[in-house]
Amino acid sequence: MRFRIYRYDPEKDAKPRLQEYDIALDPHDRMLLDALIRLKATDDSLAFRRSCREGVCGSDAMNINGKNGLACITNLKNLKEPVDLRPLPGLPVIRDLIVDMSQFFKQYHSVRPYLVNDTPPPERERLQSPAAREQLDGLYECILCACCSTACPSFWWNPDKFVGPAGLLQAYRFIADSRDHDVNQRLDNLEDPYRLFRCHTIMNCVDVCPKNLNPTLAIEKIKDLMVKRTV
Amino acid sequence: MVSPHVHVPVGAHYGWRDWLVQRVTAIVMLAYTALMIGLALWNGGFDYATWRSIFANGAFRVVSFLFMASLLWHAWVGVRNILMDYVKPAGARLLLECIVVAVLVAYLGWTISVLWGGA
Repeated sequence: MRFRIYRYDPEKDAKPRLQEYDIALDPHDRMLLDALIRLKATDDSLAFRRSCREGVCGSDAMNINGKNGLACITNLKNLKEPVDLRPLPGLPVIRDLIVDMSQFFKQYHSVRPYLVNDTPPPERERLQSPAAREQLDGLYECILCACCSTACPSFWWNPDKFVGPAGLLQAYRFIADSRDHDVNQRLDNLEDPYRLFRCHTIMNCVDVCPKNLNPTLAIEKIKDLMVKRTV
Repeated sequence: MVSPHVHVPVGAHYGWRDWLVQRVTAIVMLAYTALMIGLALWNGGFDYATWRSIFANGAFRVVSFLFMASLLWHAWVGVRNILMDYVKPAGARLLLECIVVAVLVAYLGWTISVLWGGA
């Protein structure tokens, strides 16, 4: 199977290049990550991240034939040859398919992605009704692979100011949590023309999310709450 | 990419109002467009005489003014969004925003003079 892979080592290369590979696959190689691991056996200079190899850790997010996705759950059968592999767009490249995620995680941390509740904790755990728990469906599943934020033009232009779809989905995950007591401060934190309102409902995030989540909907719900608490 | 050592100030604590204004003004424009299409169908198109009689109606002028005001306000939010997305130096952004405001306010004045200036 033919591949064209982005290669760049900032310490050695003046500029990035695309390298062609032709890999003889094993019949058991089903996912793109299988092919990459096979390729690495012949060319160990190729760098990419991977860990769980089953779509849970979010390490092997990359741009596959122009669309962000996880190599480990992308079926080779559905890929057009030569398969174009590039690092996630919009983030600085450390090497080959590995990007520096610092900016992404900085935005994630800025939404305080943890429960804030100053009431004395009960003896066991803070309980939720099944209905309250249901509010978190479609939010808690996010694996922070950064496919969505790095597909978002608003994040490309303002990665230092716009929280991005992943961070905003996580923000809403805690706003929607019945155990959290900090909704107002969370909304205050996001009420900003850059942090939240750079989202222009482009919906690339929804298009690429490998977990089929909908950050745009979460962002709309945050906007709705801001309007509701003011008008 | 901005260096992580530079502090980037955010937290202007506004934004939802512009977002809502853009949606409300869009509805006003949509309603006016529907009204104009309705009038065109009702009158079998527009000729100079019908156009004059429509605009002779004071209420229609007010509605038309509302449409133009919505259009200009909508344009302000949209154009400012574009400037915020793409124009990085704050000084240049402020200058361009001032120019946009000046042009839009001038258009509003022109609208008033067209609608009520008499002729």
